[in-house]
Amino acid sequence: MKHCGEKLGQHLLGIAGLSKEQIAYYLDTAETFLEVGTRSVKKVPTLRGKTIVNMFLEDSTRTRTSFEIAGKRLSADTVNISSKGSSMNKGETLIDTAVTLQCMQPDAVVMRHASSGSPHLLASYLTDTAIINAGDGLHEHPTQALLDALTVRKALGRLNDLVVTFVGDAYRSRVFRSDKILLETLGSKVRLIAPPTIAKNEFKDLGVEVFFDMESGLKGSDVVVSLRMKHEYLNDCFVPSLSEYSRRFCITENLLAKYCPDCIVLAPGPFVRGTEISSEVIDGNRSFYTDQVAHGVAVRMAVLYLHTIGKEVSYEV
Amino acid sequence: METKLLLKAEDGWKKIFEPDQIVRSITRIAHEILENNKGGVDLAIVGVRTRGEFLAERLVGKIKEIENIDIPLGIVDITLYRDDLAHTPEQPIVRGTVLPFNVDHMVIVLVDDVLFTGRTVRAAIDAIIDFGRPRKVQLAVLCDRGHRELPIRADYVGKNISTMRADKIQVLLSERDGEDAIYKKEAKTNNN
Repeated sequence: MKHCGEKLGQHLLGIAGLSKEQIAYYLDTAETFLEVGTRSVKKVPTLRGKTIVNMFLEDSTRTRTSFEIAGKRLSADTVNISSKGSSMNKGETLIDTAVTLQCMQPDAVVMRHASSGSPHLLASYLTDTAIINAGDGLHEHPTQALLDALTVRKALGRLNDLVVTFVGDAYRSRVFRSDKILLETLGSKVRLIAPPTIAKNEFKDLGVEVFFDMESGLKGSDVVVSLRMKHEYLNDCFVPSLSEYSRRFCITENLLAKYCPDCIVLAPGPFVRGTEISSEVIDGNRSFYTDQVAHGVAVRMAVLYLHTIGKEVSYEV
Repeated sequence: METKLLLKAEDGWKKIFEPDQIVRSITRIAHEILENNKGGVDLAIVGVRTRGEFLAERLVGKIKEIENIDIPLGIVDITLYRDDLAHTPEQPIVRGTVLPFNVDHMVIVLVDDVLFTGRTVRAAIDAIIDFGRPRKVQLAVLCDRGHRELPIRADYVGKNISTMRADKIQVLLSERDGEDAIYKKEAKTNNN
């Protein structure tokens, strides 16, 4: 069994199960890595000689690039595998790919997969490698939750006693799930504003305050998070049309100024201007989406660093 | 917050350097730095976290007292440059490097509390060079205990202490530890 430090586990598969202290440890480490991104030579020799495999078996630009830059800034050797052009296209199973990878002895595998639980499956086969979940199906996206948390902590100075309101398609959002677990662990309240077809009863069972209209949901919010309406799923009939959705649920400056004038706004994934969120909000002072991108690299540096150092030690605990 | 160190006599810790000796050492080193660097032209002082940081602050204060000039102060965190990360028993805490001046063409005096194997100094020099090309890098330490593993020497030394390799040396500074002192603990030998 690989040694992986006393503070964190071997893998980062999700936010679920992390303690307050562990989350703070990731964020504190990430905050110090922000400085590396401001240097003229944006590179430290910390992970020299370590191999990191970025296995992205579902489309992703932002997260994959962010992980790749993070690895390179730490001087690790990063290798990218996508489903197109890999043997998985030829019918190889995930487990066989994993076993093959194991033989190449990577120090970490960063994995994005369309099926929930795939990184967990991989983790049970790769005993000497840290598995970092970069988004699995509808389940979790832990590094996104950590970077959202870092952004909020830097903007508002705390992560407890906040009201964080998500607007949009939480049903198919792993970002929502990871964010929610993290915020609740740290003592903040989570709200959801969405049409009733999306904001189903199970959200209430999870302890989320659900609203079907912007006015009552936005009132008293400290942070508003825009979730993407996934138009590729429109056939599932959650909303009749995107234009109808945006008439009732688009985040606009008028609404924010009226109901939560001091709130900040996050927009995690790709967003569609005018559908989920207006250009005025995205380009305005309360929007932190560019910070989120910069923080993303620092968070991923911290995660790669914390999960790949101290490997060769075998000492008696 | 870091916990305060408790160095008890019954555990074998012996005080070998008193507060006033530390003050005198710092005053002398400040004078030597000024003497060797033409009164402080293009000079910057950089402390190695954590205790080197406080020594660097004191040197900057002392130089201000002597020459009435403001020398830029930096802090370097060597965690990301350590050569033993693969062997460390626990995940270390990174606190970050702060160099609020352009490193190019500067004379940098690196400050640390104890000079031992020289590996920390190697890492600190690497960290500084990632920010630019200093004209010169000098080294000031409060104590030099020998047993170098790299070809590194100090330009300014507060006190030379002769030690066995397995002995322990601990510097305490009031900013962090509530007390100024150097303690030594001799390793137990099987011969006695």
